Amino acid sequence: MVGIMSYGAYIPIYRLSREEIEKVWGGGSRKGERVVANCDEDSITMAVEAVINCLSGIDRESIDGLYFASTTSPYRVKRAATIIAAAADLRPDIFTADFTNSFGAGASALRAALDAVSACSAKRVVVVASDCQLAPPNSAFEPLYGDGAAALLISNAETAVSFTEKYSISSDFLDIWRREKGDTYIRTWEDRFVVDNGYMVYLREAIFHLLKISGLTIQDVTKFAYYAPDPRSHAGMARVLGLGKNQVQEPMFDVLGNTGSAFFMMLLVAALEQAKTGNKILAASYGDGADAFLLNVTNQTEMIKNKKGVAHYLASKMMLPNYGTYLRFRNLMEWEKTPMPGPESSVTVMWRDDKALIRGYGCKCKTCGHIQFPPQKVCMWCQERGYFEEVRISDKKGKLFTFSLDERAVFALDLPNVLAIVDLDDGGRVYGQLTDRDPSKINIGMPIELTFRKFHEGAGFHNYSWKCRPLR
Amino acid sequence: MAESLKNKVAIIGMGCTPFGELFEKDVDDLIADAVFEAVEDAGIELRDIQAVWAGTLFSGMTGASVSNPLQLQYVPVTRVENACGTGIETIRNAVFALASKAYDLVLAVGFEKMKDFGFPGLHPTRSLSDKQHPIYVAGGTGPGRYALAATRYFERYGLTAEEGKRTLAKISVKSHYCGARNPRAHLRREVSLEEVIKAPMIAWPLGLYDCCGVTDGASAAILCRTEDVKTFAKRHRDDYVTIKGVGIAIGPGWGKNKEDYDFTSWPETEFAARQAYNMAGIKSPRKELDIAEIHDCFSIAELIASESLGFCKKGAAKEELIDNGAIVAPQFRKEVMKKWGASENEIQNTPSPEDFLPINLSGGLKSFGHPVGASGGREVIEIYKQIQGRAEDLSRQLEKVKLGLVHNQGGHPGRFQAGVLIIGAPE
Repeated sequence: MVGIMSYGAYIPIYRLSREEIEKVWGGGSRKGERVVANCDEDSITMAVEAVINCLSGIDRESIDGLYFASTTSPYRVKRAATIIAAAADLRPDIFTADFTNSFGAGASALRAALDAVSACSAKRVVVVASDCQLAPPNSAFEPLYGDGAAALLISNAETAVSFTEKYSISSDFLDIWRREKGDTYIRTWEDRFVVDNGYMVYLREAIFHLLKISGLTIQDVTKFAYYAPDPRSHAGMARVLGLGKNQVQEPMFDVLGNTGSAFFMMLLVAALEQAKTGNKILAASYGDGADAFLLNVTNQTEMIKNKKGVAHYLASKMMLPNYGTYLRFRNLMEWEKTPMPGPESSVTVMWRDDKALIRGYGCKCKTCGHIQFPPQKVCMWCQERGYFEEVRISDKKGKLFTFSLDERAVFALDLPNVLAIVDLDDGGRVYGQLTDRDPSKINIGMPIELTFRKFHEGAGFHNYSWKCRPLR
Repeated sequence: MAESLKNKVAIIGMGCTPFGELFEKDVDDLIADAVFEAVEDAGIELRDIQAVWAGTLFSGMTGASVSNPLQLQYVPVTRVENACGTGIETIRNAVFALASKAYDLVLAVGFEKMKDFGFPGLHPTRSLSDKQHPIYVAGGTGPGRYALAATRYFERYGLTAEEGKRTLAKISVKSHYCGARNPRAHLRREVSLEEVIKAPMIAWPLGLYDCCGVTDGASAAILCRTEDVKTFAKRHRDDYVTIKGVGIAIGPGWGKNKEDYDFTSWPETEFAARQAYNMAGIKSPRKELDIAEIHDCFSIAELIASESLGFCKKGAAKEELIDNGAIVAPQFRKEVMKKWGASENEIQNTPSPEDFLPINLSGGLKSFGHPVGASGGREVIEIYKQIQGRAEDLSRQLEKVKLGLVHNQGGHPGRFQAGVLIIGAPE
């Protein structure tokens, strides 16, 4: 039976309280906070972590495809799914695809994966949705949106959740959009008009129709995990559908924010985290129409619990100190120029070192057994030449050996830049940078893990590799 | 068989520009100023120079960078480079050429133009790492990388952040005190312990006054074989100095990525020192040396180098060299220790004469400044003149200087190019 074999999610550590936004722009009294991606994160890096969490305990060699959904792919031309698949160290002979241009992209990717696996074109496909929406400053979107990612492993066997029915509507209704040229930020039309004539119409219709073809009533479904553009619309939909309080998957607007094309899948992951055997879940996505899925939680659910999902990442956070930091992280202003040349890079070098920099491999000396990163030509320990095997270190943990807090690292968007020397528990040392850290709480000996991040944009492309971070 | 070079080569003339932000001078001015002073000091003619070694990190390519401004007429000029350790490498090559008897009279000149870029600090793409890798060097700066050593040193030897900062601050207070009395130094201002500790943070735990200046300058040395001093040394027939020992050690570089590298000692410095001490026949450096100029691009660099050079046990610099004032010239010790906030008792507790080892009496890189390729030679000048009794500003002159050590290093902890040169009065 085609279904979900595993899930994972990722939520950046930083939160911006809506109070901080109001301090700058004034306005209503919105409560809560929204998630803000760190300055070295984007939709690709967030997707990598969600995928790796989803695949924990699963042979990465067994994955046949990776579908990436986002409206904020860091590249306009260049398939992001290939970078995510490489960072997750998946096989090269897999099918990858990007689903873009709609908040419904997550559902499109999911539906495509279900169809591929159902048609036996693939056995296991990872679907990951990730968004890092740029909201116009001083707009209704700004406090509302959040950043995050979720991943599902769709499989033809060993599933914990099966898909029993699905239903989609396509609509050219224009409620949010961003043009190829001329729009930095997402834009919209009068809010009551777009909610009443778009969201409320198509999502409701998709849900009702799905129930109808499934032969179910509202009461037969344990949980409804559905997208909404904002809290009011979400509550409105619950009212219109006549959902009981316990049937509504908490939409997390006060702790996460609307994560765009990733939102529907993050809600589904949150629902799965609490699901019990026998539960029926209706998951519905909205955007350029609507897609609704009916899921049946089978008795293997326990197998996929304890993945790092939504609950795990909501449990740890750091507050952004002010709105200025948010502007800096999202690069929303023109900053002071310096004559200092910026970071440089080379596609050739990044290609040559892909296995180390993207796939996260070090080398292990066959003579003396020491693990070394970066990979060496001659063993650092025994000075033997060239007898190495490749060892993936991106999923290793370690301890902080020493660090420094560089306040003058000119191109670091988040000072101080923390240099970190990390000794990995299974051997090997990483000389790197520490991200997602509170500079006042860095101690020698603290547990550290690796995380895929953007380093800089030298040579005009996104230079990704692995950084260190306090264990999360 | 290789032979010791001890006493085979003499320095017969030296020159040095004032160090500082020399906006009105170009690199050719710096080279000419330093070289013509050295030529005059030796009492030779520039046209007598038979070969040249030119040391610079990024202020010139090829030997032409020296040959052109000086209008040298078709003599060999070799450019050498070892990042911030370029200076000693330049002199070492000149020494070898003389010892091999390929030439009789040579010039070693180091220079750097640091202040033409329009921003403070080092030029990122022309700075200390020659591995221009998009990722592996990302985020690495001089202060950030040296600060890794300071953090680890504090941890290893049980210093609280306050004790550690205070110990490093004493080094900087001392260096500024000396540099303030050195006419050609870049940063000629005394600083208080409080100022150093509370200075703006550069890279925790290193603050502004834990870091050396970014400086323009050049230094030059004229050398010949000791046996030929009577022929060439017109001015310094009697008070020339000789090379007693020299060593260079380049680390494996990625060593810092090995779990057994602990950042609290400089192995490259240890190996270079061993070569130099062996050649010079020095068994007990602390007692035998009269003065040392150490590569103190950062306060922590001076502290760890003084241990790695064997002046005291590892981890003991605070007690055995710093807190007792042994690294301060005797004539400055009382005033400097007062600035440290030392008690009368501590000041009275004077080290024995042989335990005194003034370090960076010139002001060091900290206060004198650090034009990369020029620093090693500039350090040599301090000792050269101390031996001759010609210290600039005679308040800085030590009594009876016979033997001094110069330490010069490039790179960063775990990836050093270290040089040690020992010079002394002829025997």
